[in-house]
Amino acid sequence: MRFLLVEDNRELAEAVVARLSLDGHAVDHAATLGEARDWLSVAEYDLMLLDVMLPDGDGRHFLSESRMRQNVPVIVLTARAQVSDRVDTLDLGADDYLTKPFDFTELEARCRAVLRRRGGLARNDIPLGRAVFAPAAGTLTLDGEVHPLRNREIRLLEVFARNPEQIFSKSQLLDRLFSQAADVSENAIEVYVGRLRRRLSGAGVQIETVRGMGYRMTAE
Amino acid sequence: MIREVLSGLRRGSIGGRLTVLLATIAALLSLLSWGMVTSFAREAAGRTQDNVLAASATSIAEALRSEQGEIRLELPYSAFAMLGAIGEDRVFYRVATESETLTGYDDLVVPELPAAPGVVATDTLTYRGLTLRSATVTRRVLSGQTPVLVSVTVAQTRSGIDAITAGLSRTAALLSVAFFLLAVALGAFAAHSSLKPLNEIAQAVGRRGPADLRPVRRDAPRELEPLLTALNRLMERLGQSIRRSEEFIAEAAHRVRTPLATVRAQAEIALHSVEEESQKQTLRRVIRAVDESSRSAGQLLDHATVSFRADALSTQELDLAEIAGRVVMGLSPTAEMKDIELRLSAIPAPMRGDPLLLENALRNVLDNAVKYSPAESAIDVTLVEDGRNYRLSVCDEGRGFGNDTLAELTERFRRGSNVSNIIGSGLGLTIAEEALNAHGGRLELSPGKGGKGACVSLILSAP
Ligand SMILES: Nc1ncnc2c1ncn2[C@@H]1O[C@H](COP(=O)(O)OP(=O)(O)OP(=O)(O)O)[C@@H](O)[C@H]1O
Ligand SMILES: [Mg+2]
Repeated sequence: MRFLLVEDNRELAEAVVARLSLDGHAVDHAATLGEARDWLSVAEYDLMLLDVMLPDGDGRHFLSESRMRQNVPVIVLTARAQVSDRVDTLDLGADDYLTKPFDFTELEARCRAVLRRRGGLARNDIPLGRAVFAPAAGTLTLDGEVHPLRNREIRLLEVFARNPEQIFSKSQLLDRLFSQAADVSENAIEVYVGRLRRRLSGAGVQIETVRGMGYRMTAE
Repeated sequence: MIREVLSGLRRGSIGGRLTVLLATIAALLSLLSWGMVTSFAREAAGRTQDNVLAASATSIAEALRSEQGEIRLELPYSAFAMLGAIGEDRVFYRVATESETLTGYDDLVVPELPAAPGVVATDTLTYRGLTLRSATVTRRVLSGQTPVLVSVTVAQTRSGIDAITAGLSRTAALLSVAFFLLAVALGAFAAHSSLKPLNEIAQAVGRRGPADLRPVRRDAPRELEPLLTALNRLMERLGQSIRRSEEFIAEAAHRVRTPLATVRAQAEIALHSVEEESQKQTLRRVIRAVDESSRSAGQLLDHATVSFRADALSTQELDLAEIAGRVVMGLSPTAEMKDIELRLSAIPAPMRGDPLLLENALRNVLDNAVKYSPAESAIDVTLVEDGRNYRLSVCDEGRGFGNDTLAELTERFRRGSNVSNIIGSGLGLTIAEEALNAHGGRLELSPGKGGKGACVSLILSAP
């Protein structure tokens, strides 16, 4: 997916870009509203992440403006955590908001929810052997049959699908899939890998156990 | 009413002061008019008596004749008849020459005779222990060949006069009291109606919500304009300082949370690149600490906002079902992360309230349900009418409340014994309860269906 991140704090922006790239997304970064306008005029985005306090203006005014240029879904990132601010942001036309500091798994979940509400985009679908995985819609289509996946299965499958042949340890997967606030053990990974294997049977791809190291996705 | 007026005076009420002032003036006027009426009545009655006495004395004097050198008198009946008209008074008389009493009471002596014959002298004297009013005339009558001066005195007690005066004075007093009461009532009315514009302004300001700092626009009497201008200027300054402090809090939150966000994001990136398990542990602890402090900061801020709004509740028409819908939608991505199914069933529930407070209350309760539930469970949010109340329940299939009671869990910063390592600040239920109490509602905890999980209900009275 293609993101536009509008955020003036450089370190935070770098970290967000790095993390989203890790998941295989393309991210453009604008540090000001001016830059954001430039990016919006040359590229098309699936989602915009917008900070509300920017050096050259209030991001909330930019909301309605960007709405007119491109009907891109917007998730507002705000460090102003007041109750009334949240209501304001949604009233101004943001699709959702997230309070800083945020959890990447939550950001992901909110992006997915927004995209699904807007109707998933086919160009983000990932072919997996004979099957097609649509992360935004959360479905796996095999032999013309559409199977809805559970959220954690989607996220796990997304990690493998975007990084074929790469080995992931249980601990890596755990950090990638679960919010740090969640209370989960590495055994949960085994449960979800088991489920994905059943879902993928017959697709021509498999999740392989690499002894002592973890899992990877390979063609059968 | 009197007590009201007095206490008003003590506190310096303008209305009270005005009423008392007007009443005092009315009392003085009443007293004065009563005194005037009484003295006028007394004088008029006295003058009438004097005239009657004079007429009586004159008619007696006219009846004096000189017959064969002797003075003769036949008392005319009419002379006493006219005196009888005045009342049950006793009448005394004396007709005398300078040397002897011709008829009547010997000892009825007036101190001074009139200056000339035909002139009436009136006097007040004490006779046999009675106070008498007397009229005396003189006339020269021939006695033998020499004219002698004969004086005729008619005197009468005053009780008839006094009775008349007292009667008039009583009537006057009654009228004065009536006048006084009327004046006080009119005074109170005048005070009230002249203070009405002031009260209207006070009410208009009092009815306002906490955030309404628009200038007061009203057609005020000229005298109130300086007050209104000052009030509006104060509101403007207050509005500015509130805006400034809200901006300040927002700015402060921004400044604290942005670096926290940076730390968290970078720690998370690092977590994916380090291999060493001990380093991973450290980074996880860093992330946890950031989450804990940002959760606390957020809840503290929310709590402050909720307390402020709850103190000065301003309500509007709303639909509780709509609020439930918004909250469920807002938390559904979070629930989805744990594959928790959120099921909402709600009837339309119109009521008056502060939507921001109610939304916050429900968000905290639903947030708990998601947080304390296991993955792949379900949460039911139901809104029903229950007697005269709306009951908005959030029931989960999680760990339940254990032995903790509502009173304990709604204490500030109090967390349950069941939280294991789930992050929280212990303010969620406190916030929810405050928001509900402000609406005259309450929270209720109960075990979930079949004793499993927890149910938290928001109970609000239906209109
Ligand atoms: N649905 C629930 N199931 C089980 N326990 C709950 C539930 N909701 C609340 N609790 C208990 O009540 C306590 C108080 O809840 P409260 O929301 O006030 O605090 P918190 O969730 O710990 O912190 P936060 O202020 O961050 O929400 C929790 O610590 C938890 O022990
Ligand atoms: Mg809570």
